[in-house]
Amino acid sequence: MGKATRVAFGEALARIGEKNKNIVVFDADLSVSTMSKYFAEKFPERFFEMGIAEANMIGTGAGIALQGKTAFICSFGTFLTGRFDQIKVSLNYGRANVKIVGTHSGIAIGDDGYSQMGLEDLALMRVLPKMTVLQPADAIETECIVDFLANKHEGPAYLRLTRQNTEDLFNASYHYNFGKGVILREGKDVAVFASGGVVANALHAAEALIKDGISATVVNIHTIKPIDVEIITRLSKETQKIVTVEDHQIVGGLGSAVAETLSDNAPAKLLRIGIRDQYGESGTPDELYEKHGLSTPGIARQIREFVSH
Amino acid sequence: MATTKELARIANKLRIDLVKMIGAAGSGHPGGSLSAIDIITTLFFHEMNHRPKEPKWPERDRFVLSKGHACPALYAALAHAGYFDKSILKTLRKLESPLQGHPDPGKLPYLEAATGSLGQGLSVAQGIALAAKVDKKSWRCFCIIGDGETQEGQIWEAAMSAPKFKLDNLIVFTDYNHGQIDGSPEDVMPIEPIADKWRAFNWHVQSIDGHSFESIMEAINNTKRVKDKPHMIIANTEKGHGVSFMKGVNWHGKAPNKEQTEKAIKELEEMGRNLDG
Ligand SMILES: Cc1ncc(C[n+]2csc(CCOP(=O)(O)OP(=O)(O)O)c2C)c(N)n1
Repeated sequence: MGKATRVAFGEALARIGEKNKNIVVFDADLSVSTMSKYFAEKFPERFFEMGIAEANMIGTGAGIALQGKTAFICSFGTFLTGRFDQIKVSLNYGRANVKIVGTHSGIAIGDDGYSQMGLEDLALMRVLPKMTVLQPADAIETECIVDFLANKHEGPAYLRLTRQNTEDLFNASYHYNFGKGVILREGKDVAVFASGGVVANALHAAEALIKDGISATVVNIHTIKPIDVEIITRLSKETQKIVTVEDHQIVGGLGSAVAETLSDNAPAKLLRIGIRDQYGESGTPDELYEKHGLSTPGIARQIREFVSH
Repeated sequence: MATTKELARIANKLRIDLVKMIGAAGSGHPGGSLSAIDIITTLFFHEMNHRPKEPKWPERDRFVLSKGHACPALYAALAHAGYFDKSILKTLRKLESPLQGHPDPGKLPYLEAATGSLGQGLSVAQGIALAAKVDKKSWRCFCIIGDGETQEGQIWEAAMSAPKFKLDNLIVFTDYNHGQIDGSPEDVMPIEPIADKWRAFNWHVQSIDGHSFESIMEAINNTKRVKDKPHMIIANTEKGHGVSFMKGVNWHGKAPNKEQTEKAIKELEEMGRNLDG
């Protein structure tokens, strides 16, 4: 297992902050969990502890960014995106250069239960005009994305990160391409689009399906918005069978983004794997992935049924 | 009705249970559960009118744990009061358990509100108290908020509105344990002068020792004499109170391992024997 993407984020931000003195970072009493603490320890004069007051942090982040700073505001994804109107108006409508960093995404946070889980955050952020929405699959990709957000990207963005460790999918030679899906393996029967911490599970599910005679393409979607229309359209035409895999409600996130792209450009049969109109709940991450069909065998089973019908 | 000695014995048992529960779960929030348990004990075993065997009794006093992460304390109290079997306590945070990591009234209907996202429970408690006023009922709504939670803006929206509605049936405790996650409120985001703030918002404010049953009882009694104002009781507490090594922010969201659980229980049992003696 590699690092949690929140850890990779914290380390990358503290490293990038050395060169990029324009970065300012905010947290709302969770710096030890979001890992913004690494930046805080190194650059206390550019770190602002806001206390348990997310709405105020969003507005303050917007204000400082409007004066030319690049602001990173950090908390659990659900607590940040829950302050939707502050994000909609002060931050996004204000065109503020703020990077919203939401950790503890998905049911994979486990025991803490639903109120702590970002399960609707992608839906909320994706619907906002012009908002960039990013979700890395492993530590290396996270580092690349943090560098991109800090040094190349202008304007509002939402970065969705995991509590749990993620498997390393990429190595140091990985080249990050904003807005472009990453093909992890190629097949001809079905194309699987996955995002975030479950990309590794989707990939292993595809590997397991070989013995059933099913060959699957697996694409890592790190950019949820703007979605990669080109690759979805092309693979839809090639396979006619599309699957999405995400640790999020199947409404509003990757599944919806792909569904919209398909119906606009190249309709195909679509299976959306994710949380199906359920509350999150307590349990171990493994148990919850088993129950909600996001374990490797669970994903393989659903794809098998989908392809054979 | 209970004596302070009886309450001390119950609180001791609840402390043992909540430490065991969090230990068995392998995750949870012992610090803020231990700081709030003496208040919760006084409410459920002395002050509140409620019927565990008739949980939806319309005349019951209501309770909202706005700092939802301290729910192991509430679950232990509910079980000891007779709402459900104590054997369920060990399922805390396990798959399919009614005892979710943060309160879920769908899975445990004895909970009056879904909390866990800080800052929200006080408003819900206000709405509950408002319902009693609308229906001209005499029952009350009790609520506990955290000192860190006090930093949420929504707390101050409720602070402003409850006096407007003259909610003298809303009795709120601040569990002032001087710890949150990134540090103490003094460092993270100062809340002082906190009693003055609530007073300026037109609340009836008292400051007490939140680990003295006498003080808690007396403060609640005092609320009965003050009409037309909501009540804020600033309870000075200690994070991790009752277990020598669980003090401070380090034990905010950390479960004891097997040895630590045993050590804590040993200490608490020793304390319990002293209470009996
Ligand atoms: C809106 C929101 N932001 C952040 C958190 C994460 N969180 C859980 S407990 C906690 C600290 C709470 O401190 P306090 O209110 O003082 O509670 P206590 O010390 O009594 O446990 C934080 C920040 C949360 N649950 N909800």
